[in-house]
Amino acid sequence: MLSLVDVKLDLETKDNLINGVSLDIMPGKLTVITGPNGGGKTSLAKLIAGLYVPTSGKILLDGEDISHLSVTDRAKKGIAYAFQQPVSFKGITVRELLEIASGNEMSEMKMCRILEKVGLCAREYMDREMDSHLSGGEMKRIEIATVLSRPAKYIVFDEPEAGIDLWSFTSLIDAFETLKKDEDRALLIISHQERILQIADYIAVIKDGLITQSGTKDEVLPELMDGSRGYCPKGKEIF
Amino acid sequence: MELNGITEKILKEITDWDGIFSGAYSLRENGECISFQNSDHIRIVKKEDKPGIDIYISEKASGETVYIPACVTKSDVKDLVYNDFHVQSGADVIIVAGCGVHTDGEEGSNHNGIHRFFLEAGSHAVYKEKHIGFGEGSGKRIIDPVTYAEIGDGAVLEMETLQLGGVDSTVRDTKAVLSKDAKLIIHESILTDGEETAETKFAVDLDGEDSSVDLVSRSVARGNSVQEYSSVINGKVRCTGHSECDAILSENGRVNAAPALNASSTDASLIHEAAIGKIAGEQIIKLMTLGLTEEEAEEKIIAGFLGA
Repeated sequence: MLSLVDVKLDLETKDNLINGVSLDIMPGKLTVITGPNGGGKTSLAKLIAGLYVPTSGKILLDGEDISHLSVTDRAKKGIAYAFQQPVSFKGITVRELLEIASGNEMSEMKMCRILEKVGLCAREYMDREMDSHLSGGEMKRIEIATVLSRPAKYIVFDEPEAGIDLWSFTSLIDAFETLKKDEDRALLIISHQERILQIADYIAVIKDGLITQSGTKDEVLPELMDGSRGYCPKGKEIF
Repeated sequence: MELNGITEKILKEITDWDGIFSGAYSLRENGECISFQNSDHIRIVKKEDKPGIDIYISEKASGETVYIPACVTKSDVKDLVYNDFHVQSGADVIIVAGCGVHTDGEEGSNHNGIHRFFLEAGSHAVYKEKHIGFGEGSGKRIIDPVTYAEIGDGAVLEMETLQLGGVDSTVRDTKAVLSKDAKLIIHESILTDGEETAETKFAVDLDGEDSSVDLVSRSVARGNSVQEYSSVINGKVRCTGHSECDAILSENGRVNAAPALNASSTDASLIHEAAIGKIAGEQIIKLMTLGLTEEEAEEKIIAGFLGA
């Protein structure tokens, strides 16, 4: 289990980004963090992946305090993180990036299986460079594919729906549903998207750096959808 | 063929040599041609008036490779060589050149290769060149290549050049003149470190209608090294020219880029792109989230960037 225990985060640019969050992310389950923009969702994801170090509180991975471990060490311990904004690399191909992610050379068939999940054809994409010649949507799908390639136990997706077309989104939902069947893997998705909330096991709403609601999907989603708690994901566009 | 160990090491680095070259080759060591071989379609002739060779590639060559590596294995060698490539109409050839300079003493060594390419109409040549320098000696390792290409109607010359450190000083001078429908593609990659310096100069004349050049130069300057880049593309008729100069700096590395486009026809379409900066922090972080250390991430980014 991955646990956040009273985690707080101040940055030079902004205090109280995360204001005391406790949360358990369990294997075999899909946890979705939602909430208004600027509420702290991405900061929380970056805290888990190690891009930020908590100002106070602890992050425990299967009981071990990883709060001060580097990004690399956390990755090696089985945390994977899909960026909200994909990163471009001049000269590094999609194939190379996927192989770095998986830690091994990849057969074309395996690459096909992974890229298919994000709606891309391996033959068309694997030798292309991960640079500005790809569209934003293509980059985003490859970003997700890098994380799907990882042999990770805890997988964090930051707004995977952003920049994805409807068809690819449907296959992405299928990929998430397959992933969550794996009892050994925990899935954490940051999202505004109703369809992702629909497949969640647990939902936490974060606002102003605090969790304002959390529980099972059946407990949280109805209240979210009627807007009675001040935030409603209804009608959020996926594009 | 009995070779000294340093020559073998250089050959392995700069070519795909595995003990033998199949097909045509000319092997130069410390200023002398020590071995060569013709093939059915590629003929190598020693120049009478100066050091060097003429390489005649017949129209029947189809995807054939010719190797012309130059090895400098010791200090105090001053090698100057003139190699001319005559590529017949319709020929399709891969030329693997490259040079390694090893110094073991206080005296420096240098290799200056003057290469001229004459591509007849409709021919196609791929030129691959890798430069390396190594050795324990304090003597400077210097490689100053000069390239001149005349590219005939509809002919295509692709140049892939790579220098991955160890060369104390290099001045690269590349000129090309293109006829109608001719095409020139250049991918140059240079890494400098320590106190190394590299200067690269391109001048391309797009003289023929619908000729085109695509010039991509990528460089990495580390340590206290300094690189100078300049390019001039002259578009005199309807033509397309693209040049791109990207550089990554680390530590105290310096890169000066001076690209120039001269268009003297309203139908000349010329573009230049340039970017100089350090490795983006987000690139390193992304690779770290995939399990690489910061150092491994930086190496991977640089290797990808240089196509190494």
